[in-house]
Amino acid sequence: MIQTLEPIIREHPFFHGLDEQYISLIAECATNVRFEEDAVLFRQSDPADHFYLVREGLVAVELMIPHRGYTTIFTAGNGEVLGWSWLFPPYRWHFDARALHLTRALAFDGKCLRTKCEEDHDLGYEMFRRFTQMMTTRLESTSLQLMDLYGANA
Amino acid sequence: MAPTLEHQVTETLSPQLMLPDLYRIQRLKMETGDTFTLEMIPDNGVSLSFLPGQFNMLYVFGVGEVPISISSDPSASPVIQHTTRVVGTVTKAMGTLKAGDAIGIRGPFGTHWPVERAKDRDVLIVAGGIGLAPLRPALFWLMSHREQYRKIVLLYGTRSPDDILYRHELEHWRGKFDLEIQVTVDRAASTWRGNVGVVSTMIPRAPFDSSNTTAFVCGPEVMMLFTVMELRKRGVTSAHTYLSMERNMKCGIGWCGHCQFGPTFVCKNGPVFCLEQIEPILGKAEI
Repeated sequence: MIQTLEPIIREHPFFHGLDEQYISLIAECATNVRFEEDAVLFRQSDPADHFYLVREGLVAVELMIPHRGYTTIFTAGNGEVLGWSWLFPPYRWHFDARALHLTRALAFDGKCLRTKCEEDHDLGYEMFRRFTQMMTTRLESTSLQLMDLYGANA
Repeated sequence: MAPTLEHQVTETLSPQLMLPDLYRIQRLKMETGDTFTLEMIPDNGVSLSFLPGQFNMLYVFGVGEVPISISSDPSASPVIQHTTRVVGTVTKAMGTLKAGDAIGIRGPFGTHWPVERAKDRDVLIVAGGIGLAPLRPALFWLMSHREQYRKIVLLYGTRSPDDILYRHELEHWRGKFDLEIQVTVDRAASTWRGNVGVVSTMIPRAPFDSSNTTAFVCGPEVMMLFTVMELRKRGVTSAHTYLSMERNMKCGIGWCGHCQFGPTFVCKNGPVFCLEQIEPILGKAEI
């Protein structure tokens, strides 16, 4: 018996409350993926053709800083979403991502989802609403990180 | 005498409260590049009885006096520990003390983490930076009374992997499998295999039952504000959320008014406040 990914999508916090019809629709764009420790999920400037729902493990989003090396900007773990560059032109990654531990995730085909969002603007609204919320949270978090709250001069 | 939860902040304005007791440094341990723990014993052999979350006024003779939370195990007296960072003249002088040197202590002062009220509940501890130090005695207490609590979860955020306090203890506790510990840092090189991000972002996915959780929070005020927002989203009530506040404490007994926080004094009515009590003034720029 072939198991669909719908139950996994339904249970994932990012899609809580999404209509059943949309869960079925987006499941058509999803695949199960697995990354071994240190496997690269994507590289800066590569086409951003996916986003990921992390189910297990930990992924580091990194930036190469000249003379300093790779620096981790944030990590996405169980229950978190990775990647929004698939939503906006030019559909290229701005950072690198690497699995810090064995990671299991659902990968969503960005082009497939964009097409479905164009065809059904209600789905498009739901997707943008969820991604905007996530981006707001990340922006707040980044602001706090930049404040150096725990530093001696904080 | 073992600490009891019936202990109350002394209301009597006794001049004795302004006189420091003499202690001797037993050891100074560097925790990170700028943070150290002073371990000291009473010169007169009389143990200091304190509760998790209380603080002492530490007097470096000839330099000055500063308030510092007690960071040791309440049951480990007579040895008492304080963890602090070098931030000013007094803490700088404190960092040069050696075994056998004298130091003055007044205290303990202030309110404590309500560990008894948290019995039969999940306990969520959220610490930021050196805010882990005032929570350490609560962790000791919870671990030594482990059977009285349900899940115990520690979420700890700090600046970088090099700034993680009590690293060996955290590893030891994590190895016991009855305490969930999640650590995150603000920045890290790619060699760090753990979380990067602010501590409040771990709350949505932390493993606790929000309908039966007591939260203890200590860290920079901005970090506590964002933590409170996430706790609210998870449904942890203000009546079961406790914060340790920090203000400029001088006398330690509510006389001088330096640490006024709205209608309260942090030294006397705090430092540990129930969120319900301070919610209207928390995060107000004027206060």
